[in-house]
Amino acid sequence: MFEMKDILETISMIREEKLDIRTITMGISLYDCQCDDPRRLAVRIYDRVMSRARDLVRTGEEIEKKYGIPIINKRVSVTPIALMAGGLDVDGAVGIAKTLDRAAHELGINFIGGYSALVQKGFTNGSRTLISSIPEALAETERVCSSVNVASTKAGINMDAVAEMGQIVRETAERTKENGSIGCAKLVIFANVPEDNPFMAGAFHGIGEPETVINVGVSGPGVVASAIRRKGACDLTEIAETIKRTAFKITRVGQLVAREASEKLGVPFGIVDLSLAPTPAVGDSVAYILESMGLEKCGCHGTTAALAMLNDAVKKGGVMASSHVGGLSGAFIPVSEDAGMIEAVRCGALNLEKLEAMTAVCSVGLDMIAIPGDTPAEVISGIIADEIAIGVVNFKTTAVRLIPAYGCKVGDTVSFGGLLGEAPVMPVNTCSPAVFIGRGGRIPAPIQSLKN
Amino acid sequence: MKAVVSVIGRDSVGIIAKVSAGCAESGANILDISQTVLNEYFTMIMIVDIKALTVPFNDFVDRMSALGRREGLEIHAMHEDIFNSMHRI
Repeated sequence: MFEMKDILETISMIREEKLDIRTITMGISLYDCQCDDPRRLAVRIYDRVMSRARDLVRTGEEIEKKYGIPIINKRVSVTPIALMAGGLDVDGAVGIAKTLDRAAHELGINFIGGYSALVQKGFTNGSRTLISSIPEALAETERVCSSVNVASTKAGINMDAVAEMGQIVRETAERTKENGSIGCAKLVIFANVPEDNPFMAGAFHGIGEPETVINVGVSGPGVVASAIRRKGACDLTEIAETIKRTAFKITRVGQLVAREASEKLGVPFGIVDLSLAPTPAVGDSVAYILESMGLEKCGCHGTTAALAMLNDAVKKGGVMASSHVGGLSGAFIPVSEDAGMIEAVRCGALNLEKLEAMTAVCSVGLDMIAIPGDTPAEVISGIIADEIAIGVVNFKTTAVRLIPAYGCKVGDTVSFGGLLGEAPVMPVNTCSPAVFIGRGGRIPAPIQSLKN
Repeated sequence: MKAVVSVIGRDSVGIIAKVSAGCAESGANILDISQTVLNEYFTMIMIVDIKALTVPFNDFVDRMSALGRREGLEIHAMHEDIFNSMHRI
């Protein structure tokens, strides 16, 4: 029989500390939809997504009810569209984006990922077409998410792609200026992108994945923060232990949901992603976890160390709780989606440079950060290059999701609504890296020995 | 198979009777009850056997939360597996 305190703990995690399953994401392969005729390609992709994901939302809701735990998002990721776009022109590629958007609306899912290209070593015709279509595709659709992998530890950094993505981010911001440049919130630039990530906007169905797969992303920053607060005065060894134990519990729920979803849908279980993903809701913040360890404000000196420990402890606790762990797996630090991060930026404790340092020790990267709308494309490329270099050299995933908010300047706030939250516009270093970025070429893959 | 029914709300006469009647209506057999009243707030945890439910489990969940809304209580029924997963290795 259960112990009363265990039951109460689970209930209070869900009801008060906002424990939830962040997403059940179904990955769907589109390879055999390939077709010369763009219209037939679109029809085949639509039919494939609709038939495979038909029961996704209903199944998610059933599981939610059975276990009494909210499953916030049900989503779909597909084969990177660049691989399907070899024979398409820009209009054709945008047509595929619209097709995916229509499928997302009809399935009742809030995002569909995979409008993506992998160009770490160079461009195929398909990836060139896809990348140049991104601004229009994101302006013309609501639920399509796009990502571009511009580097890997094995291939180095494709600086031509980095330079181009600076422009693409600018253009996307401009084309979606009526809505706070929201297009940029659905565009991620990666290094070492994982192929089984269930989280948006960077999800796609990787090339080594099965036909269809279920990946689950857990969450629970509020639970971790409360557990640390309850510990009161104790040393950091004990805090690390507490985080591990809590991450274990959170992940076990993710594993339960993943297994059940996989069984009900008749689709193999892929991975549980152990990320601590914040939401704008008060209490559901990664910044508050860091502050609960004893930092006055997230961003003060000590933050990187605290985050490194948090990230490591979450993985150690989570790994044992799930049979397969993957995706991004680490703490996310998106500014606009985290009430504590927003406060820290507003009061001046947290700046872009500190965020960059923090990304060296945690999951993902410069995420959901609004910068002035007039930031030049080459400065954006410079920010991308720095962040990507951190990932490449440290053999980890890093990413950039910047919003150069059209018409906004430092101190303004851009609001995206829902889970995307709102972001204070942050200052950027305006000295120009234009000549460096303009050189193009590839930064060679880093040496993997002589580590210092 | 078991489920955990949690009931939270302002204390009043007959809460256990109403919740028990709700369980009986759906064929849920009560195995264990523990309850306490703290600062006028009533908290009860019931473990019920759901093998012989006369309705699908998710309908039982709906019925219990509807009962809660009618009575001004927060009632949640949750499948035991979430507690097993979290608290047992």
